[in-house]
Amino acid sequence: MEPMSLKATGRSRKRLRTNRIAQATAVFAALIAVSLLGILVLSVLLRAIPALNIDFFTKGPPVFGAGGGGIAPALVGTGLLIVIATAMSVPIGVLVAIFVSEFASRRVGNQIRLALDVLNGFPSIVIGIFVFALVVKTKFLGVGHHQSVYAGSFALAIIMLPLVARTTMEVLALVPNSLRDASTALGVPKWRTTLSIVLPTALGGIVTGTTLAVARAAGETAPLLFTCSIAGSLVNWDPATSVTSIPVTIFEYSEQADRHLNQQAWAAAFVLIAFVLATSLVSRLMLDRSRRKLGQTH
Amino acid sequence: MEAAADPVSVLRRTRHTLDRVGDSGLRLITAAAAALVVLIIVAIIWKVIDGAWPAVHHFGLGFIWNTEWNPVTGVFGARWLILGTLEISFGAVLIAAPLSIAIGLFLSELAPPAIRGPIGSLIEMLAAVPSVVVGLWGILVLGPFMRSDIEPFLHDYLGWIPIFSGSPSQNGVLIAIVVLTMMIIPITSSICRELFSGVPRDIKEASIGLGATHWEMVRGVVVPHVRGGVVAGVILGLGRALGEAIAVTQVIGNSLRGLGISLFGPGNSLASQLATEYQGAGTNLEVSALFYLALLLLAITFVTNFVAQRIVHRFDRAHAGAH
Repeated sequence: MEPMSLKATGRSRKRLRTNRIAQATAVFAALIAVSLLGILVLSVLLRAIPALNIDFFTKGPPVFGAGGGGIAPALVGTGLLIVIATAMSVPIGVLVAIFVSEFASRRVGNQIRLALDVLNGFPSIVIGIFVFALVVKTKFLGVGHHQSVYAGSFALAIIMLPLVARTTMEVLALVPNSLRDASTALGVPKWRTTLSIVLPTALGGIVTGTTLAVARAAGETAPLLFTCSIAGSLVNWDPATSVTSIPVTIFEYSEQADRHLNQQAWAAAFVLIAFVLATSLVSRLMLDRSRRKLGQTH
Repeated sequence: MEAAADPVSVLRRTRHTLDRVGDSGLRLITAAAAALVVLIIVAIIWKVIDGAWPAVHHFGLGFIWNTEWNPVTGVFGARWLILGTLEISFGAVLIAAPLSIAIGLFLSELAPPAIRGPIGSLIEMLAAVPSVVVGLWGILVLGPFMRSDIEPFLHDYLGWIPIFSGSPSQNGVLIAIVVLTMMIIPITSSICRELFSGVPRDIKEASIGLGATHWEMVRGVVVPHVRGGVVAGVILGLGRALGEAIAVTQVIGNSLRGLGISLFGPGNSLASQLATEYQGAGTNLEVSALFYLALLLLAITFVTNFVAQRIVHRFDRAHAGAH
């Protein structure tokens, strides 16, 4: 009689082989995804470095055919767009979240959640076209009839609104009911409880949601094409007129045959990626922290 | 007058009024904000239909299947744009779905805990890269690489399949598919990871205890347990691909002369056609035709997202019932 072997044979061997193949495939797929990100970030970085200098941040776009130049007007433009869009979307988003978590019935709350998801699912270019139809093509409440920072910010605010509202909702739901009950037991009316107990407790989460939404809006190009894209090459602080912005600059320069402009696009992409990745990373860490903090008070 | 003389009761009365006003006031303001969300959705749909109306009136439903897009003669049709949208979106999903599921499995089942977190956040960072940057990379890096290496390779070895015939080019349908794939993977794979991690430990261990291999456990227990969620995640990715304008318009070649069988050739999509026309369409009819495109795009993404919602909903209910 042969000595017993622990080596798998026949059917088990086949099963083990399938298992190994499946595991290898999964590892391989994860490697592909991670290396794609690596290649993307690396190619932006490598191509951006030669164009990154002080002029790039302080000067206007290069004169046709000449070297040098920078994206100062686009930096200012993106700054203006983001600040105004945040000012429009955050108050509304927080109010919507308060309504759903503190006042609405479960059924109405679910419907508002669904509405936010629907809004979030709209293609961003369609939102741009909506704002174009509302304030660029025609006058609305006496404003508009041309592209402006207001129009662009409005489009970005529509994109930010569901993000802010959903994150705030999530954090408000984490605020322990014992806090609300304690406040009510002391005779504090609901609105005071909401404004001075619930909201401050959830502040960290609201800031996170806002940062996340800003990171998203800063890179959006499609909503700006129809609302705030045709602009001069000077730094412009007037929100009633159209400005250029970083994403639109990248979009335009990327389609040029001029190598110098391509390089400027890479450098602008680097600035944008650095901003977006840094903000979303920070906000993710902050969200984890506020989740943990609120989780502990239970 | 007696009540007025008693300061405590005056205080109580005013407090109560203030409380009532405050409570209903805050409720009213927040409800108005919630109503505003619904109003915005209605306004978007209404404005797009309103803008499209002249074109709807002029072309009727024939617009959807008409092949020509000619601003000079004023004849517009969306057939190639619709087909192009579907081709690149489904193509991207076809590649991204299996990859995402594999990544989800890797992160939830196989990866050692020490690298689980970092790789998970790396993939989520890919989702944060703005589409215009992916598009820039698509034009200037991926496009030339596809033309010089990948497409000739596919052509040489798989050229007998019609979709890989034709001459390699720097921008075209295949490059749009790859770019979209990169944009879908982070969305779908993080959904998959969450779903797979949520499968109860006891039923997984039970199957291992019965002698199943790791792969058999995944196929027999993990995947069936979350099937609905995975499908919904894939459809969400599809919705993202259908509506992507910028990155696609940068790489697809924006041809208006129809769609070849070959994936190497140029194409176009609804969203990318909209994005290319931003510097001003000529006639009112052309502007209206663009709104018609936006309306079609809205309808397609709306249906897609609605289907995903239904699946998630049904899945949630089945899930809740199972416990």
